Amino acid sequence: MKRSTRKTIKMIVVEILLILTSLLIFAPILLAIFMSIQPPEFVFAYPPKFLPKGFFVKNYFDAFKIVPFARMALNSFVIAAFITLGKLITGSLSGYAYANFSFKGSKLTFYILFATLFIPAEIVLIVPLFKIVSRIGWTNTYWAMTIPFMASATNTFLMQQHFKTIPKEFEDAARIDGATSMQYFVKVILPLSRSIIAGAAIINFTYAWNMYLWPLIVAMEDRMKTVQVAINMIINAESSNNWGIIMAGTVIALAPTLILFFVLQDLFVKSLVGSGIKG
Amino acid sequence: MGDRHIYGGARVRRKLLPYLLLMPTYVIIVLFIYLPAYDSFYSSFFKVSVFGNRRIFVGIQNYLSLFTDKDYLASVRFTLIYTLSTVVISIFLSFFIALLLDQKVPGSRIYRTLVFAPYAVSHAVAGALWGFLLNPVVGHVNYLTRIFFGIQTQWLTTRPFAAYSLIFASIWKTLPFNIIFYLAALQGISSEVIEASIIDGTNSWTRVWKIIFPLVSPITFYLVIMSIISSTFQSFAIIDVMTKGGPGGYTTNMIYKLFMDGFRFQKTGLAAAENVILFFVMIIITVFYFVYGQKRVHYQ
Repeated sequence: MKRSTRKTIKMIVVEILLILTSLLIFAPILLAIFMSIQPPEFVFAYPPKFLPKGFFVKNYFDAFKIVPFARMALNSFVIAAFITLGKLITGSLSGYAYANFSFKGSKLTFYILFATLFIPAEIVLIVPLFKIVSRIGWTNTYWAMTIPFMASATNTFLMQQHFKTIPKEFEDAARIDGATSMQYFVKVILPLSRSIIAGAAIINFTYAWNMYLWPLIVAMEDRMKTVQVAINMIINAESSNNWGIIMAGTVIALAPTLILFFVLQDLFVKSLVGSGIKG
Repeated sequence: MGDRHIYGGARVRRKLLPYLLLMPTYVIIVLFIYLPAYDSFYSSFFKVSVFGNRRIFVGIQNYLSLFTDKDYLASVRFTLIYTLSTVVISIFLSFFIALLLDQKVPGSRIYRTLVFAPYAVSHAVAGALWGFLLNPVVGHVNYLTRIFFGIQTQWLTTRPFAAYSLIFASIWKTLPFNIIFYLAALQGISSEVIEASIIDGTNSWTRVWKIIFPLVSPITFYLVIMSIISSTFQSFAIIDVMTKGGPGGYTTNMIYKLFMDGFRFQKTGLAAAENVILFFVMIIITVFYFVYGQKRVHYQ
């Protein structure tokens, strides 16, 4: 009896703490959505309001007037989609090489790749990377914003780890049936790896959609900029003015990845942990 | 004879295949990581002439001028303060929130979704959201701090509040990543270990510190590394959106200084040297991780 009351009290405390924590953490996103659909007099009200009233879409139209938002959203999408596709292709090919073949230099090349595991080249090597990319003549192009990021150690390892779990007997059976190594890869390995590929895809997409510094310096023309960069452009254009418009732009920038996350939360979490270390 | 020939051809192809499979990955890694890494190191010993048409070898002069530059040293100092506070607070806070989320209570799935949400938004978005909330005119934070603590201030444009604001926004952005990993680690702890300690009569607080926290230490190590990288390098967007390194360079960290010198002021030699230093920071972090965390990582 005593023990169960203590348990109930503990549960209520945990519940209250969880409600407070999750509301506090989610509040900024929620308030941004609320403010993005409110007129200026609401946004500037004092004391500030916490719940929205009515629906004021003009902010969104205004955001599209300040910057070419539609084009920028398209840029973000194209860039994120191609980086994702590129990383999946290079990652699954090299993962297959390490998982299923023994070859000369496999250790050495593996370490060369391994060393880059944590390096976000678009930040850590920004000056020389910009130099190389502008020498090729890629500034203001999709090439600059996609090609350099189309391979990563993380993707290779994620794929390699998964491919290794596929039983060797499958490969032997395929060989007896006369399948080549590439046929085996396309017809057996890839279909068996659908969930790991989907998981890698959403993580890569989120990372690419959220890039900021690189698009900021490599896209000088407005028509090549991305929505992340657009947020700051709107803030600078609207400084001390209408935060409803700024929040509208912010909501557009955060919506795709947030929705993706809400819909595929379990896959996100599973793949994120899987691509990190295995404790 | 013919059969043997085909078999031989297939064998050669199978021997070549792994190299072909690796080709796309290595072309990109070499061209866009190793080559720039080499280039930044090399160019840091040169200075571009005033007209930009000649490179002059200056040895380690770029480095010397960096380390005698007051602004640069200030940016190093701010990087350390900013990274240290963000990492320490974020690690402990995320561990406690993960402990909460690990409890079996009604609605825990919804709480997880809400708590994880900032993972999906960008650093730029995090900067914009907190830039709004901390805005002295329209922001909600000033209103709440005035009611509860009697504090009302210019969060983003005065010392030391600009630093606090950035650290706060950074923690908010990095929390979910850490929580997700801690939660996975907590779920991996066998319930027998916990039950045994309950039978032994250890109280919950001791249990958390003496049993659970040591058990998740490999994850803590990984998360500390990832958080250091995130707040040293990815923080650029938050700073650019919230404070632009101000007031008066007060919140300029190393990556922001590099951006200003390299892309706003066109001090190419200096920027190259700054980039080499940042790259070395990255190498040190990587080596540290592999030397001390190697056992935990599964590879080949």
